[in-house]
Amino acid sequence: MRYILRRLGFYLLAAWAAVTLNFFLPRLMPGDPATALFARFRGRLSPEAMDALRQTFGLTDASLIQQYFTYLAHVFRGDLGISVAYFPSPVSQVIGMGLVWTLLLAGTAVLISFVIGTLLGVAAAWWRHGWIDAWLPTTFAFLGAFPYFWLAMVALYVLGFTLGWFPLGHAYGDDLSPGLNATFIADVVRHAALPVATVVLATLGGWLLSMRNTMIAILGSDYVNLARAKGLRPARVVLRYSARNALLPSVTGFGMALGFILGGSLLTEIVFSYPGEGYLLVQAVRNQDYALMQGIFLIITLAVLGANWLVDLVYLWLDPRTRESES
Amino acid sequence: MSRDGSRASGIVLWWDAVRRDRKATAGAGIVLFFVLVALIGPLLVGDPNALVGIPLQPPSAAHWFGTTGQGQDVLAQVLVGTRTSLAIGFGVGLTVVLVGALVGVTAGYLGGKMDGLLSLLFNVFLVIPGLPLAIVIAAYLPSGPLTLGLVLVVTGWAWNARVLRAQTLSQRKRDFVAAAVVAGESRFRIVTREILPTMTSLLVAQVIGSTVYAIGAQVGLEFLGLGDVSAVTWGTNLYWAQNDSALLTGAWWTFLPTGLCVALVGFGLTLLNFGFDEITNPRLQLERAWRAHLFRRGRKPARSTPVVAAPGSGLPAPAVDHE
Repeated sequence: MRYILRRLGFYLLAAWAAVTLNFFLPRLMPGDPATALFARFRGRLSPEAMDALRQTFGLTDASLIQQYFTYLAHVFRGDLGISVAYFPSPVSQVIGMGLVWTLLLAGTAVLISFVIGTLLGVAAAWWRHGWIDAWLPTTFAFLGAFPYFWLAMVALYVLGFTLGWFPLGHAYGDDLSPGLNATFIADVVRHAALPVATVVLATLGGWLLSMRNTMIAILGSDYVNLARAKGLRPARVVLRYSARNALLPSVTGFGMALGFILGGSLLTEIVFSYPGEGYLLVQAVRNQDYALMQGIFLIITLAVLGANWLVDLVYLWLDPRTRESES
Repeated sequence: MSRDGSRASGIVLWWDAVRRDRKATAGAGIVLFFVLVALIGPLLVGDPNALVGIPLQPPSAAHWFGTTGQGQDVLAQVLVGTRTSLAIGFGVGLTVVLVGALVGVTAGYLGGKMDGLLSLLFNVFLVIPGLPLAIVIAAYLPSGPLTLGLVLVVTGWAWNARVLRAQTLSQRKRDFVAAAVVAGESRFRIVTREILPTMTSLLVAQVIGSTVYAIGAQVGLEFLGLGDVSAVTWGTNLYWAQNDSALLTGAWWTFLPTGLCVALVGFGLTLLNFGFDEITNPRLQLERAWRAHLFRRGRKPARSTPVVAAPGSGLPAPAVDHE
């Protein structure tokens, strides 16, 4: 319990750091932040709306400390300002539109890649110097060297544009309306297949390699030799004795990799015009929509922190030592 | 082979080791090729921004890689892009490790409150997703290579700091550090002259790894349009390819060469790192010697990796002989 609370404390601190960073970044910019931030709004916003926006960001004449607390209060209420790119929608509403798609895309891709990569890593270590071990790590290291979004471009070009096997973008067909029915879900899966596959291809190698290397070390340890000498079934030795322990570094790495993979998947969304946060991010960059950019940064950070905490819970379950150290 | 001075012999040794390892040789070859391209390539082609032909022409004798959506020569853009992108990549890779080493070694060596504070700092930076943070910072600063470099350093240093802190912690307890302390050496000297040299191979591996990161992240940010879009780099090449709807007009030549370059450089650097790992990791070294030994005797090696070497023999100690 103490372990979990300590981790939770750390994530809260990280969240606070992200919010604070968000507050100070516009103020570090050369020149008057308010003018620069709102220059884009001129002609589009009534003076009242401008004042409201100023309030949201705390860009008033009050002291910096006061501005900071105003900003914190607004963030807590979920008020992240008004989007320029999607004027006059509030940023929180715009982000809400894309969040489901990003979570769907990145979540599925990360899970598939982790499970398959780890299993392949186990296989590569067990049949050491077999064909899996000889070919897959190098192949996937090569694929992993490509930027995700570039793999996505090639996949889209070959499988979508030339062969016409997959749709060319968006999350579902224009002719369908969202709903929980079989046609719609099938269409969503069809649209997500290619983006998910490219992220999986690009990230598989990392899990494979990390698992393979730890497995090799563990397969040489005494307790595994003992398990083998006892005549336990190979499947039991591999999965229960070795793989479970070899999984620990991969699980630790999972939290770290999450942010990185999410970044790559955001860029992939752009290639596929997938309506997630990555697509919104591009709109924000193109329109210099700072409020939207910062909002997306904040939400994605919070999502990653939450996911990290879940990973900690899994770690607790996998490694009894973390449970014992409580006392 | 005569060697003068310990530093020179170090480099020669590394070079020998690289040559003996197949992966490292291949990696070094690829990286050297691209460094040559970056140095010489731009001299062989004209201005990459010059409008030289009809837009979106497929590869031909006049334009080997075809033309872009604006009618520029793709080959010229790729070659000039190689120079800018590699320069930023290596520069950022080196800086990232320097910053990481500074923070990590300080934290590991000083320990106590300072360690707690610095560890907290890099752990927070590790857990905040890099790309969105980079975007937010880059959006506020004037676009250009300097901004890009700064953003990449800010989002990339934490991992190196973490690894180097752990390594320093393990070195600090060794006898030679205690000896240096007793001998009255200053803290600065102990860190720079005693501890850092023991981590040379780790630092080299980190510079290589960080360069891979820097090139990838740089291409990603520029693809988003956050770099200077009028500059010619690998990232902006892809940005314009996407902007000119290269995909939907079937103009594969506008994005294929650049992406292959990014991947090949990354792959070459990764291979070099794999190779270094096998050269510098005594366990993997031992396993090789052991396997070669067994093959000479016509036997198949067991599944495990040997852990301890028998003194002087370069082969595993009898305790792990499973035959």
